[in-house]
Formats: sequence, structure tokens, C-alpha cells
Amino acid sequence: MKSEILAAAFLGLAVRSIISLYPYSGLDSPPMHGDYEAQRHWQEVTVNLEVGEWYTNSSDNDLLYWGLDYPPLTAYHSYLVGRVAKSMDPRFVKLHQSRGFQSKEHKRFMRATVVTADVLIYLPAILFLVYCIDKTFKSDDKLFLFTLTVAYPGQILIDNGHFQYNNISLGFAAVAVAAILRRRFYTASFFFALALNYKQMELYHSLPFFAFLLGECVSQKRFASFVAKISRIAAIVLTTFAILWFPWLKSLQAALQVLHRLFPVARGVFEDKVANIWCAVNVIWKLKKHLLNDQMALVCIGCTLLAALPTNVLLFRRRTKVAFLLALFNTSLAFFLFSFQVHEKTILLAALPSLFLLKWWPYEMVLFLEVSVFSMLPLLSRDELLVPAVVSTLTFHLLFKCFYLNGRQSDEFPVRYLANISSILMTLIVGASLTIPAPSRFPDLWPLVVSVISCGHFVLFFLWGNFQQFTCKIS
Amino acid sequence: MKDLFWHLVGIATGLKILLIPAYHSTDFEVHRNWLAITHSLPLERWYVEATSEWTLDYPPFFAHFEWMLSQVAKYVDPRMLEVQNLNYESKGTVYFQRLSVIATDMVYVLGVRSCLGSLGLARDTQQHFAGSMLLLLNVGLLFVDHIHFQYNGFLFGILLLSIGALIRQRFLWSAFAFAVLLNFKHIFLYMAPAFGVYLLRFYCLEQANVVSTVAALVKLLAVGLTPFAVSFGPFWQQLPQVFSRLFPFKRGLTHAYWAPNFWALYNTADKVAAGVLKVQDTGTSTTSGLVQEVRHSVLPAITPPVTFALTVLFMLPILVKLFRSPKNQSPLVFLRAVVLCGCSSFVFGWHVHEKAILMVLIPLCLLTLVNREDARYAYILGIAGYFSLFPLLFDADLYIPRYSLYMSYVAMLYGQLYRIFPNFRGFHALEWLYMLGFLAIPLYEHLLSFLLHLDKRLPFLPLLLTSVYSALGVLYFFGAYYLYALGFSWGKVTPPGASSSSTSAVKRKRKTK
Repeated sequence: MKSEILAAAFLGLAVRSIISLYPYSGLDSPPMHGDYEAQRHWQEVTVNLEVGEWYTNSSDNDLLYWGLDYPPLTAYHSYLVGRVAKSMDPRFVKLHQSRGFQSKEHKRFMRATVVTADVLIYLPAILFLVYCIDKTFKSDDKLFLFTLTVAYPGQILIDNGHFQYNNISLGFAAVAVAAILRRRFYTASFFFALALNYKQMELYHSLPFFAFLLGECVSQKRFASFVAKISRIAAIVLTTFAILWFPWLKSLQAALQVLHRLFPVARGVFEDKVANIWCAVNVIWKLKKHLLNDQMALVCIGCTLLAALPTNVLLFRRRTKVAFLLALFNTSLAFFLFSFQVHEKTILLAALPSLFLLKWWPYEMVLFLEVSVFSMLPLLSRDELLVPAVVSTLTFHLLFKCFYLNGRQSDEFPVRYLANISSILMTLIVGASLTIPAPSRFPDLWPLVVSVISCGHFVLFFLWGNFQQFTCKIS
Repeated sequence: MKDLFWHLVGIATGLKILLIPAYHSTDFEVHRNWLAITHSLPLERWYVEATSEWTLDYPPFFAHFEWMLSQVAKYVDPRMLEVQNLNYESKGTVYFQRLSVIATDMVYVLGVRSCLGSLGLARDTQQHFAGSMLLLLNVGLLFVDHIHFQYNGFLFGILLLSIGALIRQRFLWSAFAFAVLLNFKHIFLYMAPAFGVYLLRFYCLEQANVVSTVAALVKLLAVGLTPFAVSFGPFWQQLPQVFSRLFPFKRGLTHAYWAPNFWALYNTADKVAAGVLKVQDTGTSTTSGLVQEVRHSVLPAITPPVTFALTVLFMLPILVKLFRSPKNQSPLVFLRAVVLCGCSSFVFGWHVHEKAILMVLIPLCLLTLVNREDARYAYILGIAGYFSLFPLLFDADLYIPRYSLYMSYVAMLYGQLYRIFPNFRGFHALEWLYMLGFLAIPLYEHLLSFLLHLDKRLPFLPLLLTSVYSALGVLYFFGAYYLYALGFSWGKVTPPGASSSSTSAVKRKRKTK
């Protein structure tokens, strides 16, 4: 059994390193390139400038060219990787002159840093979570869950293909979830604070953590133990934040500048076509004509909180482990559907809990995971990752079937029926988008169709998740 | 357990497609050149043409196979079909050639299906699942065919079809398939003795009387020789030229990279002796890696007849054993004979390529399923054999893929051993030590050599280490497994064929006949 877990881990590593052979975002496309250049540029900035200047505009740090807009832990990580880059070849991170740098060696180096993060953080974190799930629910699903999680194409294609480091923040979040399942609330707070400090998008997961931990504190019998517990959790979170934010805490202005960088209202409600409500509404009713950016941001925050409220109140009142995972799923979908400045890749945050919900709702969740990859296809095809995306998703489906045919009963009729309809629909759209060119009046036709179809699925999944949490009997 | 065979086929195909942009070796250009030769030149020029240094050196059926591929290729990118257009690799060419390997692997899939069925493994058993995984996701074939670039998949498919037919006792089909295989790639000649002895003993000599024996022999010869006539017939006027291409003895004893066999150790011993005795290296150095011809400084020089004699000598015992084995055990002994004939030629052959280890490893996958002692030996050879393919994938981008695919495969294999054989007896401490020793080679290659500043002074040391250390395992396997297959045993080892699973497999085969 252990050797099979090892085999799965290495298979995951193999797929990651094979996807690394493909092109990355912004390859050969000056002047702005893409996320790969953004990460390289952050290394350049952090290695060459003083800590205090990282988030501020200056002659050496043009914030309009991929200015650092992730929290401090990302900045430190960039610094660390940048130092290694500098020791390998100073040209990789030379101030100003390294802009748009690309070479075979550099690609190899950058790819290796992502795989390193996979090996050191993501894969162990997933493995830990899977063991914790089996221990908590006294089951034996680790091989199934672990294999599917390491083989989930969405995260691989974005991190090892498109180029990002979601594996780090998702890995920290996974450890935090595992700690909650094992009732290690202090560990959970610490790791979640790390995740939040790596990527502000982890806010998508924050409400369930908050609701669960608050509920645990409130349910203490004595007031003194309530205070002790909540202050300890607060102390852990605040200390972690304080240490990580230390260089910018000397003045309020510096701290606000970082915050301003993290939440860029000015960038608009969405950039590319994305599978959320606003993009879908925009098809019929042009949002930008009717609402100012600031108004829009407020509407978004309001809607998001409203959508996330039921699931978190429910979790606060009935804190089962499955409900926690469901609440993570529902809340991150609510954020994805309704919040401001959503990127296609952010669906990975909803994919993380859904990977572990596979244990209870395999057919539903595998469909969700496939739709999540489908929703990112426009992005991936821009990076010339369409072939690996389609192939790895089909392979993922077969891998799922290998486990699922193996001993379990087939699911009830309606779910499979709907799942088949969705699969056929998605296949048809992929086929059509490849063969039929978009009319010149609507050049964005296919990305839009993909977004709207995915959005419809996500709304249904959001409703389904809330319903499941409401009726769920599993404790 | 449900039948997951086609799921595994799909997963394997997915993995292969993902590997399309990976580094490919000069063999890619070799096959592109053959496409061009067969497409643009008349038949009589195929074995004469020498614009590229990669002349056609496979038998005529393979040339015709390339011609058929070229009929599709001309719609993809006609420029790849020009003989003068050396080292041409447009995106279309890469996709076409890669996909042609993946598509022709369907023959391999059929071969695997047929062989697993012939062994009597029901489709819903763990054995069948394990066998499908070991063969369909075979890491050696992934390395050699889908990264390095060759067409071994469909050739092994024909081999497996032939083995399957033989175990099902469809002797003439088996002989025919094997003869066809020989006309695709003549290296399988090394396995011919096992087929020949088996067919002679259990087909011809098994007949009731002399007349039907002679009739069987005639039928066998007719079926076996027809493919040769069809294949070489069109070239009958230039046979010497064709044969000089097929058997190039001008190449050296060992390939540029030493395959992990007896001669790798012999060369190393020679180097060490030369160093100890302070003999001057005359001219070419054996470790320079690029030189094809090897000159030994101390030990006697080896000529082709010597390697040939040794190979045949080491094949004889298992062939005798096969000839004398009782009928109900003959399929098992036959499979071992195939493996050992392949292994003899690998260990002692002239100018052996490291890829040839697949000729031992693939049939061994079948033996892994039916007998736990065979599985034990197969695992040890698997560790050494698949590892010894790493020098083929020397591109730095492939370091992580090659190690992780290898680790995934051997870990999966280990897990399957315990699933198929609940009382699997594990490995001896020394065997463990040997297998774990392989960890030291990458450690040296990627870390220690740089720390000790040996990477510039001894650039070929990692290759030498891989070759020599793998050779130890191959020779250990060869010796130990040979003795075991002949029935010599020590310790608690059960005699071959006595294990329940193997006999039941043979019995079930009878029913399916």
C-alpha cells in the first residue's frame, strides 16, 4: 500500500515535469510577456532592492510593469528563488536589463522551482491531508484520493504549464484543513495565516475557517476557556502576520501601500472572460456603462458576503468535518462567482476542497473538477496548452474510473445522466471551437461560450453544495 | 474487480501524447530519413542510398512499413520526405512521427491482450490487471519509444502475439508471426532458438507417426519461410548489399555507451588492469565515449566469433531443458527460454545496444504474473535494466521525468507483487543493498561530481558507473535465474513449476484451447 502511494506521488511528479516541457504564459510575446515574466520580475525586484521599496513605485521599481501585488510571503519566496537565480547566472535577475529574459536554461530553472515547491510543500501537504481524512473518518480511501489529487490537471496546467505557484498557498491551506480535521486548531490557524500571506486569494477559504474556529470557541462551557482559546488563536494569527509584515509596519503609510497593491480596485471587475456571474451578466447588461468601479466593488462585496453567509452560518451552528469541507467548497464558489477582480485560475481554490469531497460525492465532484479545467481552456489555449489540457483531463477521467469501477456501486440515475450531458456538451464546444472560427463581429465568441457554460455549472454546483450541507447526515 | 484493460490503454496513450514535445534522439532523424528513402526512391535503391549517415539497416518489412507511413506523411508535411532534407523537424513532422509510434502501439495492445489471455488469466483478476499495467505502462517502452524515439511497441506486439499463439498451441500462427517479426527487425533472431526448439519438440515430434511428423515439419517450414521469401524476394539481386547493411560487423564490440553486459565489465577490467600495470593507452581510449572501436590494452581482444560462440553456448542448457520438459510445464519453460536466450545474447552479444534489455524485460513481465520466484528475479532485473536506459535520456530537461517515471513504475511493480502473491517472500538483504545502491548513482551524477569538481575531469564516469553497476545486476540475474530455471535451487526456493499459480495457469489454458 505504501509503495502504491509512492508510485502515485512519483506519477504526479512525472506528469508535472512532463507538463513543464510545454510553453509557458507569455513566451516570445513582448513587451509584457505573462505570469512567467511576472514571477521573474519579482525575483529581480526583491533581489536588487531594499525590502521597504518592494511595493512602492520608484525609478527602479516600475509598478506598471508587473509590480509586486501578492502578499509578503510571496515576496520572500521570490527573494529566495532570486538569490538562487543570481548565483546560477546573474543575467537572470539583473536590474532593468533582465526584463523579458528567456533562455532554455532559465526556463529549466524556473520550472525546477515550481517542481521543488510541489515536492517540498504541495505533495506532502496533500498526503498529510489524505492520511488525516482516513484517520478522521476511519476509512481507507487514501490511495484513491491521493492519486486523483496529484493527477488533477487544473493545478498542474496552471502551475507547471502556465506558470504560477498556487501549489504553495494551496499546500498551506491543505495542511490547515488537515489540522482542523484532527482538531489541532492552533496549527490550523498558523498554516492558514501562511496561506493567506502567500496569496490573498486564500481569502476565499477564510470564512469557513473563521466560522469553524469561532464556533469552537463559543461552544466552550466556561467563559474563561472561551477567552483563552480565542485569544490564543488570535495571538497566533496576529503574530504570524506581524512577523511576515514586519518590514512594512514601521509606518501606516507603508502598510497601506502594500494593502493597496494587494486589492487593486482600479483593475476593474474582471479582465479576461471568466466564468462568473458578472461576466455572464455583462453579456446582456454592460456593467461598465452603468456602474463606477468603486460602486461595482461594493456591489461585489455585498453579493459575495450574502452568497457565502448561509453556508457559514450553517457551519457555525453545526460543525461536522464534512460540513467544513462543504463550506470551503461553497464559500470559495461564492467568492468566485460574485467577487471583484476574479481570474480564471482562481477556480483552483474551489477545486481543492472538491478533490477531497470526491470521497463522498465522486461523480458530482469529478464532473466539477472537469468543468473547472474546461473553464480555464481559453487561458490555456493562449499558452499553447490546449492539447495537454484536453489529454490530461481525459486521462484524469479514466484514472477516476479505474478506482470507481473498482468495487463501488454505480451512482443513482439522475447524476450520471446530467454528468453525461455536461461531458458531451463540453466535448462539443471544444471540438467546435477548434474547427469553427469565430465570426469577425464577435472575436471572443468561444471564450465567452466556455465562460457562460462553466458559469452555469458553477451556479448549479453552488446550489447543490448548499443543499448538501443543509441535508448532510454524515458526521 | 472489473476489467480495466481499456482504461489502462487510455491512460497509457494519454501519457504518451503528453510526451510528444519531449527531447528525441537521432533515431528520430533515422526514421525520418527512412521515410524519405522509401517514399522517394525505387525499391532497388533502398539499401544502396547513402546520402544520410543513417542508412536503412532494418529488414525489408520494416522498410515497407516506413513506405506505408510515408503515404500518410505526404499529406502532413511533404518536406519531411525529401532525402536531402537532413535533420528536418517541423512541428508537423514531430507530431506525425510521434503519433505514428502511438498509433502502431495498438498492435502491442493486442499482443498484450492476447498473451494475458493465453496465460489463462481471467479478466477480472488482480493478475490480469497487474499484467496490463506492467506491459501497457511499461516504463522501458515509454523511455525508448516515446521519448528517445523508436518503433519497438508494435514489434513487441508481434512478438507477444506470437508467444500467445504458441501458448494457445496454434503453432503455425505462432511460427508465421515470429517469421514476420524477424523480417521487421532481425535482432529478434536471438530468440529464434527457443521458438525453434519448442515448435520442433511440441509440434513436429509430438505427432503420432513419422508421416505426420514430416508433414508437420514441411508445413512449419512453409509457413516460416514464406515471409522471408516475400520480404527478401524483391531484393534477390542485391542480397549481399542488403545483408552488409543488416549485419554491420565493422562496428565495435561495445556500443558508444556500454550496454550493461559482460563486455562492459570486461572493458572496465581492462582499463583497471592497464592502470595498475601502467600500460600505455595506444591511441583510442575506451572511455572516450564517442569512439566506436574499442582496443583492449591488457586483456585479449575479442572478435565477433568469440561473442557468437559464447552466446550460443549459454543458450544451450535452457534449450536442452526446454526440449526435455514435460508437456504440461512447457509453456512456462518456453517463456523462461525466451527470456534466457534474449539475456544470453544481451550479456555476450557483439555490439549490443542498451535498449536490447527490453527483449528480456518485456517477456519477463509475463513470467512475473504466474510465479512468485520468477517475479522476484524479474524485479531485480527490472531495477537494473530500466535504470540502465537512463543514458538514452541525457537531456537535462528529462532528469526529473526519467527518475520519477522510473520510481513510479518500480514502486507500482513492488505493490503489485504483494497484491498478486500474498506470501511473496521479499528480497535478500544483499539484494536490497544492491537495489538501494542505485540511489548513489544519481547522487554522484547530479551532486557529488560537482562538489568534488570531478565533472570536468571525468565527464564519462556517471555513464561508466551506470553501465558497470547495472551490469552487475544483469549478470547476477542471468546466473541466478538461469540456475533456477534449470531446476537447481538452494535455500527455501520451491522448484520451478511446483507453485500452484503456475500450474493452474497452465491448466486453465487447456480449457480455453
